[in-house]
Amino acid sequence: MEIYNTISANYNYWIFIILMFIGLYGVIAKNNLVKKIIGMNIFQTSIILFFISTSAKLEGTLPIIKNAGHKGGGHAVHASDYMNPLPHVLMLTAIVVSVATIGVALALAIKVYRNYETLEEDEIREKISSGYSGEN
Amino acid sequence: MTEQLPGLIVIIPLFAAIFASASGWLNRNYPYIISVLALTFTTYASVVMLIQTAGGGTLNYYMAGWLPPVGISYRIDALSALVIAAIQITALLNLPVSRAYTEQSFSKKEAPFYGLYLLFITGLTGITATEDAFNLYVLLEVSSLTGYALIGMGTNRSPLAALNYLIIGSVGASFYLLGIGYIYIKTGTLNMTEIHTMIYPLLSESPTIIMAFALCVAGILTKAAFLPMHGWLPSAYANAPNASTGIIAPLTTKVMIYVIVRLGISIFGTELAVESFNMSWFLVNFAAVSIIAAAFKALYHTKLKKILSYIIIMEVGYMVGGFFAGTPDAMTGAIIHIINDAAMTLCLFIAAGAITTKLYEDDIRNMNGIFTKMPFTAIGFVGGALAVIGIPPTCGFFSKWYLLKGAFAADQYLFAGALIFSSFINAVIFFRIFEKGFFTGEHHHEENGSGHGSVITEASLNVVIPLMASLGFIIALGFMTGKIVENYISIII
Repeated sequence: MEIYNTISANYNYWIFIILMFIGLYGVIAKNNLVKKIIGMNIFQTSIILFFISTSAKLEGTLPIIKNAGHKGGGHAVHASDYMNPLPHVLMLTAIVVSVATIGVALALAIKVYRNYETLEEDEIREKISSGYSGEN
Repeated sequence: MTEQLPGLIVIIPLFAAIFASASGWLNRNYPYIISVLALTFTTYASVVMLIQTAGGGTLNYYMAGWLPPVGISYRIDALSALVIAAIQITALLNLPVSRAYTEQSFSKKEAPFYGLYLLFITGLTGITATEDAFNLYVLLEVSSLTGYALIGMGTNRSPLAALNYLIIGSVGASFYLLGIGYIYIKTGTLNMTEIHTMIYPLLSESPTIIMAFALCVAGILTKAAFLPMHGWLPSAYANAPNASTGIIAPLTTKVMIYVIVRLGISIFGTELAVESFNMSWFLVNFAAVSIIAAAFKALYHTKLKKILSYIIIMEVGYMVGGFFAGTPDAMTGAIIHIINDAAMTLCLFIAAGAITTKLYEDDIRNMNGIFTKMPFTAIGFVGGALAVIGIPPTCGFFSKWYLLKGAFAADQYLFAGALIFSSFINAVIFFRIFEKGFFTGEHHHEENGSGHGSVITEASLNVVIPLMASLGFIIALGFMTGKIVENYISIII
């Protein structure tokens, strides 16, 4: 019962850790280069999910203040009523970074494919050790 | 104007990168001219900032005028000014060298190359200038992605090496991002000085903060090629085109060490970083192991650029071990080694690039008598090699001196022994190359059908002048070590 309480209270952290290790497993154990790249992306996505999960609050609503025009100060705003928007903003940047990383990675994978005609890592290693000079 | 400099020094290369890669459509020479102008301006700006922060001043720049913790602020203190000056001078010196090589390596892709070059410098400068931890992650990834692209631009094995580097480097940067997340959860702010004031005295025992520090350091050490995360560096730097190794090799790992120094001193504080638990003992001894292992591997290989890459790994071991040894002398040695190692590596890689471009191959067993035909390159290479071995008055001697003093004061005898032992191994490595280069007879280099024949001439003026300039820096930094330490480094520590 104790363990069940611990797990269910922090279930968002458990999800993120499991995703992270799925991603790392993909990077390490899979043979195909594109699968490695996708594993790296899953790993980065898990970190993004972790950040976003920290911004949620119990009974919080969207962080947009109604009726706050430039004329008149309006009433005070309790921060605990609104979800924290800062991690969302930071993670927008991180998502862009991970998209750019995948772009560069896939471009490099295309070049590797043109060179060695395969995307499987063990075949590439065989070709290198047998002195395949490549087409470029 | 000088208040705007911390912001300008990052923004000017950013926009110049866009202009440089676009102007390639107009004329082949415009990208180079724009890069020269942009980097001249930033070098001038960095020297101005260096003068202003000597003796402990700081320059603050708040993006869009929003003060922290709401906004992102850029702060140049003495350490940042030193590293920024090193980055800009290295970049400016390397521009003519890459111009000489782009014509051989990739003649149609000059405009994107200069765009990537300037973006790489933007990323590195921003890493050293910023005071916001998340902004550091973004600029880290900017510099890393452009680095991957610059390395992958070559032929043969470079795309595979660059992809390898990409995967390992992105995993490292993601660990750093995770560490930032832990810090943000606990402190609620991302500004470095605010994090520091919040960690002391409230939170320094919190397991989250300790884990955050461990994650950040692990992530950055992956990017700095510290054993055992060094696997990407030798193949990436050895297979990269000559035009890009001159800029990537001296700078990437050193700026990562700067980030670790910044994490240890400004964000987490030296009590947490160095003295509080056994991590520093582990890291220093591991650094000693990495130095010895890298030295042996450098001894084993016969390709010139691979040997130099393993020497870079060894230097990273010096810096990490020196910083985590904890005494002020060792930290001074580590910080001054950032600057010195940038100069030494620049000199060595320019010389190595010149040699491998002329010979079309990399193997030192075929380099008989090369130095008698390329005297200036030989001078540069010998100067850089002496600096790596650690012979006065080159700068390498002084940083090793500080590191050894600090290591003995901290009772880290394994690390000190590794430092001395690696100097011997460096001597063996380089003297082997010297013997091949100077003393054996005419080499029997076969025609490889490219029409250049077997006439080896000196490298072009584009290459020789920066080489001599970097050699001059090596010696000048050696003489100026006392002043640098007194004005810039002892204030930080």
